[in-house]
Parts: sequence; C-alpha cells; structure tokens
Amino acid sequence: MHSLEIKDLHVSIGDKEIVKGLTLTIKTGEVHAIMGPNGTGKSTLSKAIAGHPDYTITSGDVLIDGKSILEMEPDERARAGVFLAFQYPSEIPGVTIANFLRAAQQARLAEGEELDATAYYKKLYSKMDMLKIDRKFTSRAVNEGFSGGEKKRCEILQMAMLEPIFSLMDETDSGLDIDALRIVADGVNAQRGEKLGVLLITHYQRLLDYIVPDYVHVMWDGRIVKSGDKSLALDLEARGYDWVKQELAAKA
Amino acid sequence: MKPLSDPETLAPAEEAAVENPSVGIDQTAGNFTYDVKYEFDAGTGLNENTVRYISSVKKEAQWILDFRLKALKTFESMPLPTHWATKDLENIDFNKIRYYLSQGQKPKRTWEEVPDDIKNTFERLGIPEQERKFLAGVEAQFDSEAAYSNIKDIVAKQGVIFCNSTEALREHPELFRKWFGKVIPTADNKFSALNSAVFSGGSFIYVPPGVKVAQPLQAYFRINAENFGQFERTLIIVDEGAEVTYMEGCTAPKFSTSTLHSAVVELVAMKGAKIQYITVQNWASNVYNLVTKRGLAHEEAEIKWIDCNLGSRLTMKYPGVILKGRKARGEVISIALANDGQHQDTGAKMVHAADETTSTIVSKSISVGQGRATYRGVVHIPKHLKGCKNNTECDALLINTNSRTDTYPAITVRGDQHAVQHEASVSKVSEEQIFYMQQRGLTEGQAMSLSVNGFINDLARQFPMEYSVELKRLIDLEMEGSVG
Repeated sequence: MHSLEIKDLHVSIGDKEIVKGLTLTIKTGEVHAIMGPNGTGKSTLSKAIAGHPDYTITSGDVLIDGKSILEMEPDERARAGVFLAFQYPSEIPGVTIANFLRAAQQARLAEGEELDATAYYKKLYSKMDMLKIDRKFTSRAVNEGFSGGEKKRCEILQMAMLEPIFSLMDETDSGLDIDALRIVADGVNAQRGEKLGVLLITHYQRLLDYIVPDYVHVMWDGRIVKSGDKSLALDLEARGYDWVKQELAAKA
Repeated sequence: MKPLSDPETLAPAEEAAVENPSVGIDQTAGNFTYDVKYEFDAGTGLNENTVRYISSVKKEAQWILDFRLKALKTFESMPLPTHWATKDLENIDFNKIRYYLSQGQKPKRTWEEVPDDIKNTFERLGIPEQERKFLAGVEAQFDSEAAYSNIKDIVAKQGVIFCNSTEALREHPELFRKWFGKVIPTADNKFSALNSAVFSGGSFIYVPPGVKVAQPLQAYFRINAENFGQFERTLIIVDEGAEVTYMEGCTAPKFSTSTLHSAVVELVAMKGAKIQYITVQNWASNVYNLVTKRGLAHEEAEIKWIDCNLGSRLTMKYPGVILKGRKARGEVISIALANDGQHQDTGAKMVHAADETTSTIVSKSISVGQGRATYRGVVHIPKHLKGCKNNTECDALLINTNSRTDTYPAITVRGDQHAVQHEASVSKVSEEQIFYMQQRGLTEGQAMSLSVNGFINDLARQFPMEYSVELKRLIDLEMEGSVG
C-alpha cells in the first residue's frame, strides 16, 4: 500500500494565495472526490501536486510514502507515480498518441535500456480494447483537433498505459455528454483497485453516479471544510453549496 | 576586418555542445581531428598563384585553368552581399584560409587502401557501415579530395558514372564540360565565383537514359584541417527517363577559428528524368556554410531537394530549380535548426521558364535559444507562360522567447493563368505543452525534442528511413543540450 499525504498545503499563483492550508491523505485502493464551487482552488491543488511551474507552494508538504516530492521536477513526480488527467489537455502537433506514449514509457526505463516495441504495442492494444477505443485513434496527433470527449478518452488511455500509483483527475467530466461521461467513467472504474489511489476533482455530483467515491470532501476558499462518504455528494446535490457556506458561517 | 578569433564575433555555441558517446554524425561524434601530413598544400591566402597551384597539382587542361583564373577575377570584383545578407560575412578573412590540402589525387577503391587516419575518421562517422547496408556507391572526401570512391559493380555495369570532379575532368571531359557552370554561372554570387576559382573534389554523376538507380549514391564531406576552406563542386547529369537519389552528409571538428565551406552543386535532369538530392549537414558551430545549389529540369523532369541544416555558425543556402521544359516539376523541402549562436539563412528559388511547370516549397525552421532562422524564397513566373503552379509553405517554430525567425518571400507572378499559394506560420512551444509532456514522465529536454520532431514529422516521413532516424537523433541531441 502507498500513501499520498498533503500536509497543510498553501499554494499561490503570483501574489495570490489560492490553496490555504489543505490537509488530506489518500491511500492506494481509495477514491476520494473533492467537490466545490468554481474558484475554490480545486484545480490549483492538482496542478501544484504535479509541479506546475506557475504554482508556488509557500508552505506545507506533499509526500509519497512519507517522502516529500516538492523538490522533484514535474517529470520526476510523474515517474514516481503521480498522474494528472488534465481538464484542458495540450495539443502536441505532429506527435501521435502511440509515439507519445512510447516516449513516456521509454522515459521510465534506465539509461541505455530500449523499450520492447512488440510488448509495448501489445499492451497498448489491450488497453485500447479495454477502453473500447478504435485502433486508428493512436495514430492521430495528441489532442490535435480532438472533441472534448476524445481528449478525455485520450487522458484515460494514457493513465491506463502509464499505470500511476495516484491519479489526480481534474474536472474529468467537464464538457462531456452523458455517453462520453459513461465511457470515461467505465475506463476509470476498470483501473480502480488496490494498486491505484484516485483524487477526483469535480464540480458536479453527476460524475459520482458513475465513479462512486469512498470519500467526499467539500472544498471552500482553499480548504477542505467538510468530509464524508458518498452520501455527502448527494446532500450537496440536493441542498447546494450554500448549505455548506451557511454551516461554516454558523460555526464561525 | 576583424580577425576570426575575436571573442566578440565568435558565436558562444560551445555551451550548447552535448557529450554523447554514441556513434554517428552528431556534432560531438564529429568533433575529433587527426594530425594528417598533407602532400599537397596550397598555403594560406588566395591569389593567382593559389589557383595555378591547385590546377597544376590536378594536371588540369588549359581551359579549366582559364576558367578558374577568370572566376578569381570575378570573385575579387564582387562585393559581399551584405546589403541583404548578414554582416557576419565580413568576419570571414579570405587571407587566413587554406584553399587546398590533400594527400593525393586518386581516391582509393577499397577502404583497406585508404590511409589509416582517414580511414579511422570515416569509420568513426559510420560511413563504411552505411555503405554495406544501403548504398549503391560512396564517395568520401577528406578536406580537398576524395580519399575513397566506389560504386557497386551492378550499378557501374549499367553505365552509371560516379566519381569525384577531379577524376571526371580527366576521364569524362566531354560530359563534364557540356554542363559545368551552365546551371550556376560563375558570377551567380560571390561564393559561386570563389568556388569556381578554387574548387576541388565533389561528386560527378552521370546516369544513362532509362537507368533507374535503385539505391542511393552517397557522398560524405569531411573537414579535418583548421583554417581550411572546402570547395567541392558537384555535377549530376541524369539522362532521359533515368532516376537517381543522391545523399550528402557533412561534418567538421570544432576549432577555435572559423572554417569555410563553399560548395557549388549543379543538377541536370533531362527529359522525364528524376533527381532527388538529400542533404543532412551537421557542421560544427564555427563553420561558415555558403553553398549554391541549383537544378535544371527539362521537359517532364523532376528535381527534388531535401535539405536539412543543422549546426554551422552561418548557413546561407537556397536550393533552386530552373523549370526549363514543359511540365517540369521542382520541389524544395527544407528543415533548419538554429541553436544558440547559429544563423540558418535558408530557403528556395523556383524559376518557371516553361508552361505547365509546377513547384513546391515547404520550409520548416526551428529557432532555439538565441538561434536565428531566416527564410528567403524566390518564385518567378513570367507573363508569357501559362498553367504554372507554385505552392509555398513556410512554418517556423520558436523554442524560447528570445529565439528569432524572419521570413522574406519574394513571389513574382505575371500573367493570369497561374495558380500560386503561399502559407506561413509561426508557432511556439508553449509552457503548458511542455508541462503536459513532463507530466507524462518526459524530461524537459525530451519534451522539447519530441515537440520539435512532431513539428517536422510530416517532412521527415519523406526521407529515406536511415536519414529520418539520423535526423531525429540529431534533433534529440540539439534539444537535450538546449535546456537546463
């Protein structure tokens, strides 16, 4: 079992503090959902964990199995097992999905070691079959001219191929119609298990009908203000975020 | 004129060099030199005696000496083209260059006969291995002359001639003289005049009518000596309905002083002939590479230049095609990568001189760090012609915020019965894109080089496999060294 510990994390973009002391521990085998209205720092949290250069961690720590990852470059964090499914994945013109994933796999090998191409394609095709992705898909350039659904499916395929220990899924449901949502959710569910910890960031409860979380956290103004099980998501859906806001005000 | 060793004028490109032990023609693998004893040395500096010396050691006919001497006068009378080109040209000190260095006049037919130092040079560059694997013939030039030249029997039996210019002038003067200097006149530019005065080495190819040479012929140009100028002269004549692919590679070690490479390449494609000319140059970052390349395409002939420019301090090269016969086709595909301290001033020239002629130019340039890429294109379609087509596409990729690219397209189309299309784009590798790729486990350098390879992917796919693999590897090396 592995753990991803986020300890009293403070994150700023420029001078503006976005995440204001967030603490959360995710273990492999668990699915955590973070919900909250727009602008509360959900996406900032995921990008900061992944090491985006625009996000400054002013205090606190992020640890994998007790070891801080904050001194690591984004690619080192990725190779240590952190995967970020982007809300807005970048296009890489001229680079096919197959070649991109191959380069990503190659980057995980020791210097001088060559990727076994046959084994790689075998694995790629089996993952594509699992996710019901057409074979032609991987000869397209990464995200270039993709629909919203195709972009998200491409993210899920990458996740399946790279087999991370922790997957941070940033608004994976945004821009998806119900069919695409179901396909993406099936993909994530297929990868769920003892080897993977998931942090699911979402604005809507809808996604959680398909990917049922073990824990639900409500994020507000840069902090987790309420945690519970999957029923919390349903309460939120029924009562809205104002309910949490009022509760907070009452506590204060 | 400033001396070449002036630290202010020398490009700070050393920092970009990468240590890489793998074999091949990357700049570091090419960065070695042997202390070779030269039997023939024209000394330093250029005057009439230099030209006479070169001509006499080659035992040339009088007409060639006359041609050279006339060219020298033309060279001396022409100004540097700094009214449009970079002032960096002024840093070339023509009096400090050695114009002719060789160990002998006759290239060897087997590698065993090649002197050890020279043989070792080409072994390290992987040439004999490539020859065994996929080439129909190889010529390996070491400084001024070819050290090795061989063509596979099966190709020679078809009547294909492949030798260096020195031999060709001796053994096939009638063929040579007919086209020599006809596609690129001496006075075309100052550097073609210089080449015409002091040329030595380079390839001569003749392919008889109807013969299609299945495997490529390759020449490799190696500069070994310091303060040296390499002036090879290549002439390729492909007769009616015949086809050939020619590839050239070049390297030089990194010296503290600058080196000059100034070639002239003339191609003649007779009726229905096809020539594909592929260059992958990877000069050290102190080489001035000033090359004139042009082809003459007769009726229904096709000339295609594939030009990859990596390395050098300054490259000025605009391969061209004169579309002389009806339905002739010309194509230039070029890739240039300008790293820190480098200026790739490249482009293409298409002169339409017959009806229904077609030309295509696709140019992609990558500027890294303070590297500068310039595209210059000339397309000329006169009024009296009809049914001509040109398609020009030039794309530039900037890696850093201080990278630079300039585009100077000059398209002259007269008359109203032509179709011309021009597209240009400038893109940047964004920070988001690099972060995205890093998030998948690629280092920043790997992410950069994958982005660059993606940018040129559609062009690289058109290369023979061996060369596209090599190009990808060279780009990886350039990009690995450019970040950090």
